[in-house]
Amino acid sequence: MKKIIGISALLVFICLVTWLKAPNFATAYNIQNVVRWSSLFGIVSIGVSFVIITGGIDLSIGSVIGLTGCLLPYLLVQSGFSVPAAIVAVLAVSLLIGLIHGLLITKLRLQPFVVTLCGLLIYRGFIRWLTDDRTQGFGTSYDGVRVMAIGKLSIGSIGIPMPFVILVFVAILAAFFLNNTIYGRYLLAIGRNEEAARYSGINTDRMKIIAYVICALLSGLGGILFALDVNSVQPSGQGNFYELYAIAAAVLGGCSLRGGEGSILGVIIGATVMRVLYNSINIMGLPTQLEFAIIGLVILAGVIADELIRRYAAGRRAIQAAAQLKSDAAPAASPALTKAEPAK
Amino acid sequence: MKCPLLEVHSVTKRFPGVMALRRVSLTLYPGEVLAVVGENGAGKSTLMKILAGVQEPDSGTIRVDGEPVRIGSCRAATALGISLIHQELNLAGNLDVGANIFLGREPRRMGWISKKKIHDQSKSVLKRVGLDVCPGTLVDTLSIGQQQRVEIAKALSANARVLIMDEPTSSLSSGETDALFKVVKDLRGKGVSIVYISHRLGEVKELADRVTVLRDGQNAGDLARDEINHDSLVRLMVGRELSQFFARSKQTPGLPTLEVRNLITPAHPGHALNFCIRAGEIVGMAGLVGAGRTELLRVLFGMDRALSGSILVDGKPVSPRNPMEAISAGIALVPEDRKQQGLILEMAVRENLTLPGLEKNKRAAGVLNRAWELLDAKQLIAQLRIKTPNCEQAAQYLSGGNQQKIVVGKWLAMNPRVFLLDEPTRGVDIGARQEIYKLMESLAAKGIAILFASSDMEEVLGMSDRAFVMHEGRITGELTHDELSEEAVMRLATGGHKLVLN
Repeated sequence: MKKIIGISALLVFICLVTWLKAPNFATAYNIQNVVRWSSLFGIVSIGVSFVIITGGIDLSIGSVIGLTGCLLPYLLVQSGFSVPAAIVAVLAVSLLIGLIHGLLITKLRLQPFVVTLCGLLIYRGFIRWLTDDRTQGFGTSYDGVRVMAIGKLSIGSIGIPMPFVILVFVAILAAFFLNNTIYGRYLLAIGRNEEAARYSGINTDRMKIIAYVICALLSGLGGILFALDVNSVQPSGQGNFYELYAIAAAVLGGCSLRGGEGSILGVIIGATVMRVLYNSINIMGLPTQLEFAIIGLVILAGVIADELIRRYAAGRRAIQAAAQLKSDAAPAASPALTKAEPAK
Repeated sequence: MKCPLLEVHSVTKRFPGVMALRRVSLTLYPGEVLAVVGENGAGKSTLMKILAGVQEPDSGTIRVDGEPVRIGSCRAATALGISLIHQELNLAGNLDVGANIFLGREPRRMGWISKKKIHDQSKSVLKRVGLDVCPGTLVDTLSIGQQQRVEIAKALSANARVLIMDEPTSSLSSGETDALFKVVKDLRGKGVSIVYISHRLGEVKELADRVTVLRDGQNAGDLARDEINHDSLVRLMVGRELSQFFARSKQTPGLPTLEVRNLITPAHPGHALNFCIRAGEIVGMAGLVGAGRTELLRVLFGMDRALSGSILVDGKPVSPRNPMEAISAGIALVPEDRKQQGLILEMAVRENLTLPGLEKNKRAAGVLNRAWELLDAKQLIAQLRIKTPNCEQAAQYLSGGNQQKIVVGKWLAMNPRVFLLDEPTRGVDIGARQEIYKLMESLAAKGIAILFASSDMEEVLGMSDRAFVMHEGRITGELTHDELSEEAVMRLATGGHKLVLN
C-alpha cells in the first residue's frame, strides 16, 4: 500500500510540473491520448507482472506485440479471415507462445531469461519473413474493429478511451486472481520460495506455465490494440523495447525482480508514469533524444527512494517493537493472538 | 587469575518485534573452551554475530585485551583475532583448499599471487587442524567435516585467537565429530580460545571448561567445569526442572498404515527397501549422514520417483509422482531444511500454516476461503502454542522452534494418515523440542503412522516404538523398543561393524 502511495505521489508530481510548464498538457485531447496509451501499456505490464511475481522474466513481449500486431491485419487483409476468426487465431498464437515458454522453463528447466530472449529473436524474425518486411495495415474497411483501440465510451460529456475500459476490465480480473484466489497465493509463494511451495504440495510447474500464458496472452491482446491504434504496423519496429517498458512499469509499481511481490494497481500506475513522462518530454519541448535518459533517471530515482523509505520504515519498526517489548515487561504465558500490530 | 582475552559487557540488541539481547555479558580467558548454550531464540546467534562484526550492538561494551573496541565489520573482527566458523560453511567450492584459506589476503610476489607461498603456508596450517589433504584439492570434493576444518585452518592462518564455532557438529558424522573434538582440544592446548555454541549437551560436557547459559536474550547463569551436568544445564536453559526428556510408553499398534515393498530409490539403486509402519506407531530411522534416509522420505513424498517397488497407504497402492499426489494419498512430510523447504520465510504465519490446505478449502472457482484461513491459523497457533505477536507476523521473525511448529502444524488440517519427519528437532530448543515430541505422540494416539529420521541418538532412543537403521542406502536392521540402545544403533549404522565407543 505504501508503495502505491509513493508511486502515485510521483505521478501527481510529474503531472503538476508538466501542467505548470506546459498548460496544454491538460487539454482533453492530450489527456485522452495519455490515458489511451497508458492503458495499452498497462495491459501489457499486468501480463509481465505475473511472470515477475513468480521470480521469472519475459523479454519476448515486444516481439509478441510485433507478431500479433502484424498477424492480425495480415490474416484479415491478405488471408481473408473474418474478424472474430482472426482475433481468435491471433490470441491462440499468443497462448501457444506462452505455453511453449512455460513448458521449456518448467519441464526442461531452462532459464526464463534465455527462453524469452530466444523468443524475442524468433518471433521478430518470423513476422518479418512472413510479411516480407512490408508495413501492414487495416485500411479503411475495419474501422468497426478499430473502435476497440481508438473509440471512446461517452459518459455525459466525457469520452473515455476504449483501451481504458478494456484495461479496467483486465485489471479487475487480474487483481481478483492475484489477491483473492488460491492461485494468486500460489504464485506469490512460488516467487518467495519455490522449493518450499513444492514441499507444500503446490503444483509449481503448472502455476508458472499459467503465469507465462497470462503474460503472452496479454501481450497478444496489447499487440492487437496497438496495431488497431496505429493502423500502419511495421514488422521490424512494432513493439520494440516494449518488454523493457513493461518490466520497468512493473518494477516501478512495486514488483520485486526477486519474485513474490507485486500489486496490479501499482503496476498500472507504474505504466502511467512511464507514458506521462514520455508525454511531458514531448509537450514541454525537451529534446526527444533525451527521452530514454530521462525515463531511466526517473525510474532509478523512484527505486532509490523506495529502498530508502523501506529502510527507514524497517528502522522505525525496530524501535517501536523494542518500545513495546519494554512496555510489556512481563510477557504472559501465551503472547499469541494478542493485539495485532499493522504488518505492512 | 589470567587477564580476560575478550569481555562482553551489558550488550543489548533489538530487532523488529524482538529484544534479541538484553544486557548480556560474557568473559573469555585465553586457552579455554567456553560453551554458550541456550534454547533457540535465546540470543546465541545474535551475540556471536556481534562478536564477528556482522551486526553492531545497540548498547554495551566489548573489550579485547582490556581495551574497548568497536567491531564494525567482519574485517575488523578478523583484525582483532576473532573468527566465526558458521553453521553453514562459507567456502568457495569451486576453488582449491589453499585459495580458500588465503581468500582476500593472498600472499603476493611482485604483485602476482604467490602460489608457492599459498601452498607452503596452507600445508602447515592444515597440519594444525589435523587435515591431511593437498592444498590444491578442490573444496567441493571434500566431506563436510573436512571443509569445516579448512574453515578453521583459514581462521588460524589469519592469526585468530578467538574461534567462535556455531553448532559445529550439526551435520557431521560421529567419526568427523571425534576428529573435530581432537582439533578443538588441541587448539585450546596451544592457547586459542574457543566459544562453542551447541544444542548437544553431551558435547558441552565433553569439551567445555566453562558454560555461559542464555535464556530469552539474557544471562541465565554460568557454570564452572565441575558444575556441568545434564540437569544443571537443562535447568538453566529452560528455567525449570525436567524429570525426563521423553516419556514414550509402550504402545499396541494398529493395522498396517504405511507399507513399503521392494522400493528402490534413485539415490541407491542397488538396494530394495521393505518395511511396514502400523497405525499409531512412531518409528525412528537412524543412520549416518548420507545413509539414504532423506532420499527415502523424498520418494515417499513424491519429490523423487521410485525406480521400482510399491508403496501402500492403508492397503491402497500409491505411486506419488509429485507431492500433490502424496498429500492426497494421506502422506505429509516435514522436510529436513526448515528455511529452504519448510517455510516461506517472508510470508505470514497464517499464510504458511494454511498453504497446503488452501486447495481443499477453496470456494468455487478457486476463490480463497478467508474465513477458514483465519480460523485455521488461529486454532493452530493456539493448539501448538506458537509464539508470535499475531498471525500476520512474517515467519522469518520467529525462533527456530516456533518455525518448526509451523512446518509440522501446516499438515494438521490435511488429516494425514502417514506423517514423515526429517530431523524434526534440528536447531530446535529444548522447550519447543518437547512440544514437538508431544505433538508426535498425540498424532500417533490418533492412529497416524509416524516415521522420523534423526541423527540425534537421544531422540531415536527416546521417541521410537521401533527403529530401523540405514547404512549406505540399505536397511541394515530393525530394533524393537526393548532392543534399542546406542551401541545397537551405531553398530548397524556403520554397516554392521562393531563400533568402539570411547
